[in-house]
Amino acid sequence: MAEPIGTLRRPALSDKRAARDTVSIKAADPCLRVALRAPRESVAAVSTALGVALPSRPKMSGSDGARSALWLGPDEWLVLDQAGNEMLPALAKVDAFHSAVDVSHRNVGIIVSGRGAADVINAGCPQDLSLTAFHVGACSRTLLGKIEIVLWRIAEDEFRIECWRSFADYADSLLRVAARDVSSS
Amino acid sequence: MLLIRCPYCEEDRPELEFRHAGEAHLVRPSNMDAMSDAEFERFLFIRQNPKGVVFERWRHVHGCARFFNAARDTITDKFVTTYKAGEPKPTLEGAEE
Repeated sequence: MAEPIGTLRRPALSDKRAARDTVSIKAADPCLRVALRAPRESVAAVSTALGVALPSRPKMSGSDGARSALWLGPDEWLVLDQAGNEMLPALAKVDAFHSAVDVSHRNVGIIVSGRGAADVINAGCPQDLSLTAFHVGACSRTLLGKIEIVLWRIAEDEFRIECWRSFADYADSLLRVAARDVSSS
Repeated sequence: MLLIRCPYCEEDRPELEFRHAGEAHLVRPSNMDAMSDAEFERFLFIRQNPKGVVFERWRHVHGCARFFNAARDTITDKFVTTYKAGEPKPTLEGAEE
């Protein structure tokens, strides 16, 4: 028979303290983003213009300096530039067929890091985040609770979540509640 | 939670990332002007809905966002196989032609 769950007394500010112990959740610095679509024939030309090779395998990401390309679909990538260097001028000169839209201000980045980072994200994300299934550098469009996110593992215990700006508050709140649960377990 | 294999992501992913998109392998007629109302109704509304293996379109909407086809058993709810859009319908035991 299932054990009844009692109520727990939770001290004021316990959320903040708990989150600091095992997991840190903070907004990422502003960066430039491009939503990119390109058929296979155009990938080489677009990669050259961006200065970063567009990965062709599922869940793979590629980086060169501050610029990173995240595989989202067979012909779709999210390209981030964390140094603030514009990407569209270079892409405008590419003759090969492609579509590039600046979505820098559509998204918000959240960095989740620390020992319990994967557990915190798994509170709302149904994907297998073990290191064998979601290795360092892996990225994927997926869900976090009720919202769609792009998840990118930048280190063994550090993830970047990209969500739409209007969902950022929801994502942040969900992660903080999850961090409280993870650190108290 | 069901795990559904996405043929584009090449791995089993949680069902929450997917959306069902109706019967697969429906061919849109090229001569709609010449069709009778009854024929058009058959194309637009009438579906097979058999008991057993069915062929369906699914979309990995919160993943790679691609449409693909799946063969699913309506009795057991097991996915028999999934394959990319545009690929021919596989021959499967228990499936209607």
